[in-house]
Amino acid sequence: MTEVAFLLNGTPLRLEGQPPTRTLLDFLRETKALNGTKEGCNEGDCGACTVMVTDENGARALNACILFLPQLQGKAVRTVEGLAAPDGTPHPVQSAMVDHHGSQCGFCTPGFIVSMAVAHATGRTDHDTVLAGNLCRCTGYAPIIRAAQAAETSPIPAQMTQDAFILAQISSEGSGEADSLPAPQVAGAYCPDNSDDFATWYLQNPDATLIAGATDVGLWVTKGLRDLPKPVFLGQMRDLQQIERGGGQIHIGAGVTIATLRSTLQHSHPSFAELLRRYASEQVRNAATIGGNIANGSPIGDAPPALIAMGATLHLRCGDDLRTLPLEDFFLAYRKQDRKASEFVAGISIPEAAPALRCYKLSKRFDQDISAVLGAFNLTCADGQITAARVAFGGMAGTPKRASGFEAALIGQSWSLASITAALPALADDFQPLSDMRASAGYRLQAAQNLALRYFHDLNGTPVSVLEVAP
Amino acid sequence: MSLGKSLPHDSAPLHVTGAARYLDDIPLPAGALHLAFGLSSCAHGRITALDLAAVRTAPGVVAVFSAEDWPDMPDCSPASQDEPLLAVETVHYSGQPVFLVVAETHLQARRAARLGKISYAELPALLTIDQALAANSRFESGPVIWAKGDAARAIAAAPHQIEGSFEVGGQEHFYLEGQIAAAIPLEDGMHVLSSTQHPSEIQHKVAHALHLNMADVRVETRRMGGGFGGKESQGNALAIACAMAAKATGRACKMRYDRDDDMIITGKRHDLRISYRAGVDASGRILGVAFTHLIRCGWAQDLSLAVADRAMLHADNCYHLPDIRIESHRLKTNTQSATAYRGFGGPQGLIGIERVMDHAAFVLGIEPLALRRQNFYREREVAVEASGGDILAKMKAETTPYFMEVEDFIGHDLTAKLEALSGYQARRQAVADWNAASPILKRGLALVPVKFGISFTLTWLNQAGALVHVYQDGSIHLNHGGTEMGQGLNQKIAQVAASVFGVGMEAVKITATDTGKVPNTSATAASSGSDMNGMAAQQACEIIRDRMAAFLAGKHGVEPASVRFADGVVRVAGEVFGFAQVAAWAYQARISLSSTGFYATPKITWDRLRGRGRPFLYFAYGAAVAEVVIDTLTGENRILRADILHDTGSSMNPALDIGQIEGAFVQGAGWLTTEELVWDAKGGLLTHAPSTYKIPACSDRPAVFNVSLYDQPNREDTVGKSKAVGEPPFNLGIAVFYALSDAIAACGDASRYPDLDAPATPERILAAVQKQRHV
Repeated sequence: MTEVAFLLNGTPLRLEGQPPTRTLLDFLRETKALNGTKEGCNEGDCGACTVMVTDENGARALNACILFLPQLQGKAVRTVEGLAAPDGTPHPVQSAMVDHHGSQCGFCTPGFIVSMAVAHATGRTDHDTVLAGNLCRCTGYAPIIRAAQAAETSPIPAQMTQDAFILAQISSEGSGEADSLPAPQVAGAYCPDNSDDFATWYLQNPDATLIAGATDVGLWVTKGLRDLPKPVFLGQMRDLQQIERGGGQIHIGAGVTIATLRSTLQHSHPSFAELLRRYASEQVRNAATIGGNIANGSPIGDAPPALIAMGATLHLRCGDDLRTLPLEDFFLAYRKQDRKASEFVAGISIPEAAPALRCYKLSKRFDQDISAVLGAFNLTCADGQITAARVAFGGMAGTPKRASGFEAALIGQSWSLASITAALPALADDFQPLSDMRASAGYRLQAAQNLALRYFHDLNGTPVSVLEVAP
Repeated sequence: MSLGKSLPHDSAPLHVTGAARYLDDIPLPAGALHLAFGLSSCAHGRITALDLAAVRTAPGVVAVFSAEDWPDMPDCSPASQDEPLLAVETVHYSGQPVFLVVAETHLQARRAARLGKISYAELPALLTIDQALAANSRFESGPVIWAKGDAARAIAAAPHQIEGSFEVGGQEHFYLEGQIAAAIPLEDGMHVLSSTQHPSEIQHKVAHALHLNMADVRVETRRMGGGFGGKESQGNALAIACAMAAKATGRACKMRYDRDDDMIITGKRHDLRISYRAGVDASGRILGVAFTHLIRCGWAQDLSLAVADRAMLHADNCYHLPDIRIESHRLKTNTQSATAYRGFGGPQGLIGIERVMDHAAFVLGIEPLALRRQNFYREREVAVEASGGDILAKMKAETTPYFMEVEDFIGHDLTAKLEALSGYQARRQAVADWNAASPILKRGLALVPVKFGISFTLTWLNQAGALVHVYQDGSIHLNHGGTEMGQGLNQKIAQVAASVFGVGMEAVKITATDTGKVPNTSATAASSGSDMNGMAAQQACEIIRDRMAAFLAGKHGVEPASVRFADGVVRVAGEVFGFAQVAAWAYQARISLSSTGFYATPKITWDRLRGRGRPFLYFAYGAAVAEVVIDTLTGENRILRADILHDTGSSMNPALDIGQIEGAFVQGAGWLTTEELVWDAKGGLLTHAPSTYKIPACSDRPAVFNVSLYDQPNREDTVGKSKAVGEPPFNLGIAVFYALSDAIAACGDASRYPDLDAPATPERILAAVQKQRHV
């Protein structure tokens, strides 16, 4: 049983006796009768349950259906019911959605409203990206975007910044008052606040369930209906959320969210950042961590193939022992990684720049979809010769995997369409992909080969992306 | 006058604040229980053992029911008594409910439902069109065939023949609010809350299940979080389950499907294979055409016969086809029972003739719009009468393949206007020029016109009722038989009421659909909601208004017709009174201020077996130009621009109508592009969640999206001369499919018409591109 304290629509709340894997969505709807937040899919894919969560890093949109109560410790939650001013004046995005006919059946609307209000508060105007995690089946989105654009210039209402203010006040006052935040700890679940403590504890508790953003583990509960043994919530470990530069490398803590990684690397690694823009959705990127993405060991995983192509090194920790290995060596077989009991992903290091890196994600839908094939290419050329090659794929094998035969066939060849074409058959030796609901084996192999051709055209300046075609 | 104004959805202020109540938000009486189904994992098999011991002892479980508990198993079918609530002896698809868990909480019910152990003796499962055809597994004894003229002879005699066959996938509704119902036992009956498009059907099925009279069961629906046809019949099982469990336990019961269960259990749009053969002359005129529709209906009949009929009824679209034969096979398979989905078969019929047009244009090298025009129905002039009553000009209307005169065709004018608005001709050239300079990315452009028939083809369904009260304070309680699923029906009908009484919208109170107020309603379906319920409400309001007028006229000694209701006041004999004042006086004068209204669609007759008659009161028209770009290396694709001109008659509410058109277009485009249903070899649905089934997301809408209303009054007598709008614009998404086909054609040497199936996923597009390139 759990004790957790957070702000809900501006009011401090201290909960006891909640199961550690109770979702915020169930709590809001079943306990607080805050029914504005909707359950559309219960797996973080539709956004009908979007809430605003504020902490020292600011406000962000999260899916309440895969957000466990202990993850909210010391944070502030604002639901659709908490967006209007205390006198009932609607939030500008609420008024704009009425004026622009942005709701039809209305069921997805609260989630859109919250996503839009967070974007409004944070000055975001890339509405298609912000709203990729909110599905609407009625409107065709056009009136929603019109509403979002219309609200851009309205002032940010006071209630939208109030949470950060209260949190700052509470933290400066310390834990003197009984109702203040943050509460000391969460009973029934372990919530370490630094990785040293966690490393020691994990030695004693190798059977623990590690929960970072819960964007995958959340589904073990909401869809798999599993009981999670010894849940440990990793989100309070600030030391694993750092990004540092040094020695030509960028060191990224395992607890860094995909959203933070994306904004950090936007200029230094534009192709990777663009891939991360299409990684799940805004709400998921705001919760999911790079450590979780790697440790999860998904055969697709979006980030790992790109990281492998960059030449990333992985940092693992077990107790006081640190270990470093090339990321590609971590993935042994389908859902099997080179990770000992009580060992965890501490971070990853990548080169400070990777100018020749291109990441190509193929999926049925551009935004918020799982890759059918993800190809990441990073060739080094000198004097027209390919001198080094790092090419990795997701969706082509049981793990994210380098195309070693293809790489070997390229090295030493001239940088030309002919050399790349000549090397393509090697991809068929490197990979024997499967057919599933996302794509057939035949498509995967063909598309992987064609992505290699795309890489050549792309670097030579030929337009290759339908996303960059102006209407 | 409120009618015709672009007012926001009546619930918009509630939607945006989270205050709009959906069924799951309504508090139930204390002790309410929650339900979940245990599902079959076998597509076809005899149940040899059902071990529910672990289910019964799971935490929170109050009761568990299966076929052995209910020998008189309730039926859920809207059509033919072939859908037992829980499987009896045999399972017919993977996902079929086998047992019912009743527990203290939703989560406990879901958890317990996973604990059942069902053993099967597997039987051969027919999953595909080909398997069903080979086994002659079908509804009805054989294919339905409608013919007009002699298609075979006309095709054979034509200078050119074209033929082809393509697959068109199904579609999951993906209403954001999943299926849900609740039942509250009463001392003498059952009160049912249901997220349904068809409360009367729920009432009928629940009464039947409980052996009650329909009068003992009251069904209420305030709003749905989306329907799209998916809540026409698919909510029956939940409502019946709740009613049965409520009766057994004496406690209120609620059931909502988890999203994955919803997608696994419920029916979807019918997928089909369309084969065509056509004869064409050198000018592009289609001289004869023959279609075969092989339609996968799933395990139970549901609404499939009517859906398949409507596909046949739209096999002509906008084109006069004097010699045509349509053969429709309604195949029975061991998959979810395909059901109503926006368009109700119409889009499946329409996409076939559009393929013929496109294919013929390609083969003859004629500009596709020119070829389409060549085949349009004649645009009949409205008969003009001279002073002596002579008809000066009345051209004989051309008839559809089902012998209905097309009296209201506006396709020539509408298409010409869209052609100009969209800059179609110049853009065709621009696309060709762009493609010539772009080796990897190719654009495509297509214009598709739409003609969609309005009325239920089951004639008796074309009726609607309303109930209106005016209270002594002048406030108006409005009720009708239609249901609100997001389309803004209630607002449109409130606009009708406000216009009749000449009052502001704030005077009109919209209320939940309630079988206790308006009986024997039809589903809110077939785009008919505002047409039919609007007319019924208008009549009810006019009856009350006329009583008020007669009363006032008598008091002032003037003709009732001289009393005017407008601007919130009533004008009589030079005096002006507030509407509320008049209502109060009428009440004191003992005038009835309550009335029902009723509407039965006129003019329609239909013989479905012979395929003859006038099944539709009128047609709604539209046209779309879609421009796309594809990546010939990967098949990735995007809609760059869409221009739409659509006919809603004299719109009751242009803003709501444009919302319907935009939403329908994107949904139609989704059907034909990203939305792919995939089953495994054993008949298990693999795409049962939004993680794997991809409806359009925000960035999938056309980057440039221009929608205009044609804005000409309906020639038939409908409410405010408006036209239905729910389904017709769904068909406009077909323009995207043919624009993709056009882009694929640009990859080849014009020797081969693109071989594209739907949905046009990147994989299918790449395959079609490679065929073009003879790879």
